[in-house]
Amino acid sequence: MGKYFGKKLIIYIITFFIAVTINWLAPRFIPGDPVTSLLAQYQGPAAGRQMLETRLRTLFGLEGSLIQQYINFWANLLRGDLGRSILQFPREVSEIVKNNIIYDIAVLLPAISLSWIVGNKIGAMAGENEKIDRYIMPLFYGFVSSPYFWFAIIVVFVFAHSLGWFPTARAYGAGVRPAFTLNFIIVFLRHWFLPFFTMFLVGLGQWSIGMRNMVIYEIESNYANYLRSLGARQKLIRNYAFRNGVLPQVTGLAIQLGQIVSGAITVQVVFDYPGLGRLMYQAVQQQDFFVLQGAFLSLILMVLAANFLIDIIYMFIDPRIRLSYSEEE
Amino acid sequence: MKSHWKTWLIVMLAVVFTMTFAFTVRADRADTLVTTGAIWAPPSNWNPLYFAPEPGTVGLAYEPLFHYNAIEGEYIPWLAAEEGAWIEDDVFHVELRAEPEWHDGQTLTAQDVVFTFELAEEYNLEYTYLWNYLEEVTALNDREVEFHFDTPNYQEWKQVLYEIPIIPEHIFSEIPEEDLQTISDLSEFAGQEVVGSGPYTYDDATPDRMIWQRVDNWWGNEVHGEPAPRFIEILVTDANHIVLGMVLQEQIDLSNNFLPGTPSIAENPGYNITTYYDGPPYHVPDNTAMLFFNTQEKGLDDADFRRAVSFAINPEEIVERAYEHTVEKADPTGLFGGWLDYRSEDAVDEYGFEYDPDTAVTKLEEAGYTDTTGDGWRNHPDGDDLSYQIEVPAGWSDWEDSVRIIAEQLRDIGLNVEPNFVDFSIYEDNMLTANFDMLINNFTTGKSGTPYTYWDGVASDQIYDEQATQGNYGRYENEELFEYIDLFNRMPDGEAAAYRVAEDIQEILLQDMPSVPLWYNGAWAVMSEVYWTNWPTEHNPTGFPLSWGGDWQLGTVQMLLELEPIE
Repeated sequence: MGKYFGKKLIIYIITFFIAVTINWLAPRFIPGDPVTSLLAQYQGPAAGRQMLETRLRTLFGLEGSLIQQYINFWANLLRGDLGRSILQFPREVSEIVKNNIIYDIAVLLPAISLSWIVGNKIGAMAGENEKIDRYIMPLFYGFVSSPYFWFAIIVVFVFAHSLGWFPTARAYGAGVRPAFTLNFIIVFLRHWFLPFFTMFLVGLGQWSIGMRNMVIYEIESNYANYLRSLGARQKLIRNYAFRNGVLPQVTGLAIQLGQIVSGAITVQVVFDYPGLGRLMYQAVQQQDFFVLQGAFLSLILMVLAANFLIDIIYMFIDPRIRLSYSEEE
Repeated sequence: MKSHWKTWLIVMLAVVFTMTFAFTVRADRADTLVTTGAIWAPPSNWNPLYFAPEPGTVGLAYEPLFHYNAIEGEYIPWLAAEEGAWIEDDVFHVELRAEPEWHDGQTLTAQDVVFTFELAEEYNLEYTYLWNYLEEVTALNDREVEFHFDTPNYQEWKQVLYEIPIIPEHIFSEIPEEDLQTISDLSEFAGQEVVGSGPYTYDDATPDRMIWQRVDNWWGNEVHGEPAPRFIEILVTDANHIVLGMVLQEQIDLSNNFLPGTPSIAENPGYNITTYYDGPPYHVPDNTAMLFFNTQEKGLDDADFRRAVSFAINPEEIVERAYEHTVEKADPTGLFGGWLDYRSEDAVDEYGFEYDPDTAVTKLEEAGYTDTTGDGWRNHPDGDDLSYQIEVPAGWSDWEDSVRIIAEQLRDIGLNVEPNFVDFSIYEDNMLTANFDMLINNFTTGKSGTPYTYWDGVASDQIYDEQATQGNYGRYENEELFEYIDLFNRMPDGEAAAYRVAEDIQEILLQDMPSVPLWYNGAWAVMSEVYWTNWPTEHNPTGFPLSWGGDWQLGTVQMLLELEPIE
């Protein structure tokens, strides 16, 4: 057990180190210098410009050689200091990330978990029931093969523009303040629904198709046939098939997580909905190195943490893993 | 397990749908003015000494001595009691009103004005350049200030009067030098973000919006009137199409985004939309979009070539295809609004240009730009290949369309010109460091109280540093012109000599054509009649409907004073 986690942990630490290094390096290859570009708006005298530039470079940690900057970066990171935003100067990146991450959690967590659960259920049903398979699956193939942004545009067009049921964009409307009131909660939910719905539907297609194929395969497999010949009830066979079919789906979830998060970027952009994805999109456009790093870092941490969680879950649902490690001990 | 999740999901969806249809949320909205187009990144700075404070910092929170109504072209004494006066050739006198007060209750005095200007003498601030010709600022008493000059730059001074906000000495004198420009707000020194004198103050800023709150006991209520909106909410917007969606859903009161399709929504009464003009061009001009040539490059350093290009471009086609008639083509002088007082008819008659491809071809042939290699493209007179790119920021769709049209038109007369779309930061970097062939820009040609700012913007003499941030991005060098522009700056309005110099400037610009004025970019304003009415229009010229940074004191505060809520 301990060995299993030990191994996993080392892999995660190496992944983290490499990801963070790439994350630090990448923005520095973007052509153009962020401080110069920020100061392009400055209309004052050269001496004042020089003073501002020096001060800004110090505040941003952009002085010194690249190696020096890299070391400083790690030192600050371990202290939890992600630096300051260039564009939203002088706001701290950690604060900006914190303000945005709530929205990711609000949309992604329910969308991913619900689509996974519901998708697996429907997929399992479709694997067994030809009617469901015939009528629902083509629809799901449609969902899964549409890119997130395109699907988001369709959803906006139908539910916001044509039907007018939901607002087209943003986390809450104009003239409304975040507060724990019924009014705000309704406004928030109305705005939250379409981004959630888009992510949910695309995910739903993905998981149900995967599960359907698994179940068809499992139900026709030798152990199922054997069970059947022993006279086991169909429900029992179905349960075994489901339990076996769910394993690759859990692995799939771990692998797909990164892709889902990047899908969230496009959904957030289409709905002008806050979140780390949109934050990164803006940061890339406006060369805000530090926000880009902070947002990316949080995404890395989130994906790694989710993977870790899945590893743990895997141990519980797959007795083989649990047994192989506990036997070694 | 199975049924549990299903039930959960169904209940949740049912709740959301019920709520959606059961309520229409309009509470809190009636006393708020919602605008877009002014902020493109999460708001973060309310320091008037910072070089890019959030829109409203100047105008709503901190106030200059004068406002300037950019549509009417008139100065409005704001903190000042009456129009300032040159009591001597080099002494400008301003008398303050008796009423102005800071938000913390202290009186705004002549000493604050002196402090504001002297701060820039002591430290390097954006307006420190004033001390190149300013000698002394003195407070005669609590209400009177005198500015003494070495050689007054009369024209530039007209802009200073409405651009520099007066700041409270009792607070700003506490801020250490290195933080003066970079600190974001005054919380550390005054316990609140903003201590200005204006009708609004900081209320809240979240990553997606900036909220200004009305100061109910504002000193100006008696003098200027009371603005109706209790809150002004400036939404951060990423993209024009998202704003368009929100306008159609009646969520925005004043959109200052460039909205494709404006004519069709403005002329459809179903949308309750007002624009400044009922018909084309719908918007008031805000600045002149210029085609800059990099005059350090072969071919583009040739005035004959540049003039030929000016005849080959048809701005009417841009107006129609890229803008659906929401802009107007520019005058050959590039001047508009109040600047037209200085427009020289003679200069235009003699050296003006208009779309005429035949003339363009003749001029190119005469100057030796012919196709010597037989590949279908014209060559340089020495036979070298000639090819250029016109650069605009990627994603600025109206400008992208415009340069596509320009490139087409230039290719029609045998010039190998391609459009080039690059990320904004790269575009800006290329522009400031003269690393381009041709580009479209309008950063230094915005409306103002004097044509000096326009001429200084298209032919600034600040072109010898690594970055040219004051305009003249093509680094066109002409000492004679620089001198004329400087001379114009030192002349008071109304002198015959000023008109003569203005004519000389226009003649040189038209003859040498360092940049081509193409069209007037609009002060995009789509106003909604759902929550507010009495918007400024051609029939009701009460102000300027523009919430961009730096514009509030140019007529937008006047608009606020006249707005009326819809019951």
